Amino acid sequence: MLKNMLKATVFATTFAMGGGYMASAALAEVVYNRGNDTDPTTLDHHKTSTVAEGHIMRDLYEGLVVQDNKANVVPGVAEKWEISDDGLKYTFHLRPDAKWSNGDPVTAEDFVFAYQRVQDPKVAAPYANMLYPMVNAEAINKGEKKPEELGVKAVDDKTLEISLSSPTPYLLELLTHQISYPLHKASVEKFGEEYTKPGNLVTNGAFMLEAFTPNDKIVMKKNPNFHDAANVKIDTVNFIPFEDRANCLRRFEAGEVQSCSDLAYEQLSYMKEKMADQVHIVPKLGTYYLPVKVKKEKLADPRVRQAISMVIDRDFLANEIWKGAMQPAYSLVPPGISNYDNPVFLDYKDKDILDREDEAKKLLEEAGVKEGQLSVELRYNTSVNHKNTMTAVADMLKSVGINSTLVEMEGTGYFDYMKQDGDFDMTRAGWIGDYSDPQNFLFLFESQNLGFNYPRWSNADYDAAMKKAGETVDLNERAAILRQAEEIFLKEMPAIPVMYYASGNLVSAKLKGWEDNIMDVHGSRYLSIEN
Amino acid sequence: MLLYVLRRFASAVPTLFVIVTIAFFMLRLAPGGPFDLERPIDPLIIENLKRAFNMDKPLPQQYMLYLWNLLHGDLGPSFTRRDFTVNDLFRFGLPVSVQIGGTAIAIALVFGTVLGSLAALRQNSWVDYSVVGVATFGITIPPFVVAPILSLIFGVYFGWLPAGGWGAPGSMVLPVATLALPQMAIVARLTRGATIEVLRSNHIRTARAYGLPSWVVLYVHTLRASILPVVSYLGPTAAALMTGSVVVETIFGIPGIGRYFVQGALGRDYTLVMGTVVVIAVFVVVFNLIVDILYAYLDPRVRYD
Repeated sequence: MLKNMLKATVFATTFAMGGGYMASAALAEVVYNRGNDTDPTTLDHHKTSTVAEGHIMRDLYEGLVVQDNKANVVPGVAEKWEISDDGLKYTFHLRPDAKWSNGDPVTAEDFVFAYQRVQDPKVAAPYANMLYPMVNAEAINKGEKKPEELGVKAVDDKTLEISLSSPTPYLLELLTHQISYPLHKASVEKFGEEYTKPGNLVTNGAFMLEAFTPNDKIVMKKNPNFHDAANVKIDTVNFIPFEDRANCLRRFEAGEVQSCSDLAYEQLSYMKEKMADQVHIVPKLGTYYLPVKVKKEKLADPRVRQAISMVIDRDFLANEIWKGAMQPAYSLVPPGISNYDNPVFLDYKDKDILDREDEAKKLLEEAGVKEGQLSVELRYNTSVNHKNTMTAVADMLKSVGINSTLVEMEGTGYFDYMKQDGDFDMTRAGWIGDYSDPQNFLFLFESQNLGFNYPRWSNADYDAAMKKAGETVDLNERAAILRQAEEIFLKEMPAIPVMYYASGNLVSAKLKGWEDNIMDVHGSRYLSIEN
Repeated sequence: MLLYVLRRFASAVPTLFVIVTIAFFMLRLAPGGPFDLERPIDPLIIENLKRAFNMDKPLPQQYMLYLWNLLHGDLGPSFTRRDFTVNDLFRFGLPVSVQIGGTAIAIALVFGTVLGSLAALRQNSWVDYSVVGVATFGITIPPFVVAPILSLIFGVYFGWLPAGGWGAPGSMVLPVATLALPQMAIVARLTRGATIEVLRSNHIRTARAYGLPSWVVLYVHTLRASILPVVSYLGPTAAALMTGSVVVETIFGIPGIGRYFVQGALGRDYTLVMGTVVVIAVFVVVFNLIVDILYAYLDPRVRYD
């Protein structure tokens, strides 16, 4: 389709010029066929949670603050804001020219409405807890208070006040997430559940919804009422879901799509050879780790867990098994995250693997584990890469006399099993940060966090540090406390961080304005297509 | 005949009921549920979600509720595609699958029978050998190999046809070719075998002895008998192809219903899987019925009184 479109455009332009007329810019419709991981669960952003959904919502909506093409937090609907000294109150001043796609002005009330709705138990928003820092949010979500009691107020049409129950230095990061986008109150109230349908959906971003055909594409047109429409260079964005990454690669090669949001890693060497500069692999805000069931007697001693961690050759896993799609990790919190200077790492990060094996043997000896005595089960969810990773880990453990068996489980049952405190020894899991702050990684292992704390690890000092960090306004001071927490984690090792995730994109040389960044955010409003 | 058709339809209802019941409870036996994602959701929010989808009710009640809605033609809301009901999804996907599957079956039927008859008439000649050779090749190479190769050759290298996607002119050609190829091969082999047998049968010998022109012997008397095994094969196959092929739809990125089955099963989208089961069951029942009726028409020995 694109080819025809381009041909038509070229033809039209040549014709116009040949005839001595001015070539009209309006003739050249710029279409961006954008590969995405999957279809969204819904276009009701309150009910979304995934990265693929984030890409779509970022184009449809604009939050109080937004991420630019380098993932920096910059003003969005809010042109400026003030923060109270105790860090508990944020006052946002909305830009006067912010408009919805139907021409209505974006008001503070639209944000109040959206933020109350996220917490409404009837809406069942999966990420409602991200906005729990707002006063009364958690109580409302539990059905203990009414949505109207939320600590978000419209002072007037263009002034919004957000009150927090504890200082949350990463609030602005939270507000860039899709869960924090506003809603056009009038149309949601008018259409109810149907408000997300094409024709009904009113959005305030650079683009607006035209059509949504499941498993085919989501078509978005440029929003003429967007305040920065003059700088939006693309007229139509087609979000195309590709479960089969190789399919995206073929269509990319055929020139039918201009970017792919993931790579067919089994063909990485081919891609690097054929498309060199168009293959973008950069570190992402995510960690791949191996939870260890700490209450199992054989794994209860932190020295045993540390020894297991020491002998895992992360470079081998990242470069050989994952073919460079991952990077070796020696900490839970990935480097490059905001609000976290001088990150902490395991002290054997730069040590030779052979020295580490000797050290691990010594630790096991101290813990009273004789060679060949310890046997662990390595469990993973179905995937060739996870299987190869665990097979390699089993081999590495053997070098210090630890035997292991591999157990594979199908995905959905697997995560349920871990969450329900299943009887495992060691498993694998991954976490991709929702916002750039260390808290978003460290909270996973708070003792009361039963949904995420697969090892069922409980450490009073760690919990205390996390609580204290949550009450600290000064960013430097807070970072120091969070570092302490991570140090405790790395010493106790209830989960072994082995790799950081990286994002892989195919980006056409014709697609301009693409900046690689740790959050892997690329709003189409910052992109343009050159022919 | 009409009575027979009505009776067959009536007997399909209990069949569908049993299928729906077994599928419903088997689905719930699978570990995990629609809200167990790789990224766990807060337990409190899971409670909210379960309430929203009636999942907090006891299982027998959920089952009765499903049956009741099904009787009213309502396949329920999708768990993984919240903006659509399962009915919506089939409204989008079924026409696409039927279009691709139907075209593939038609091509397979026409070319398969022609090639098969030719091979039978020229048995043990080069025509026969090449048809059998190509047919064997077509059966042995699986679609997940054929599809990417076709896409690479015609989409990427020559750029004659879209490498994937749906809606652009020509986007149907490669998926249809992928689906039709093995079916055509099977049809050709079936036709060849049956024709060789029929040509040696008594009634053909009689027809020839009567001095009937050879085209009448071939097209009226031989083809009618030799196409019987093809018809019985094509019934269930047509049902399978028209309800979508997971492989072809995934590799070419086609919005048919074949992908829903796998996506639904993996995501524990109970209503979507149930919907797919119902649609496939209905197709199988209907196509088997069509086959039986065609049999009565083609084979004078079969009577439905």
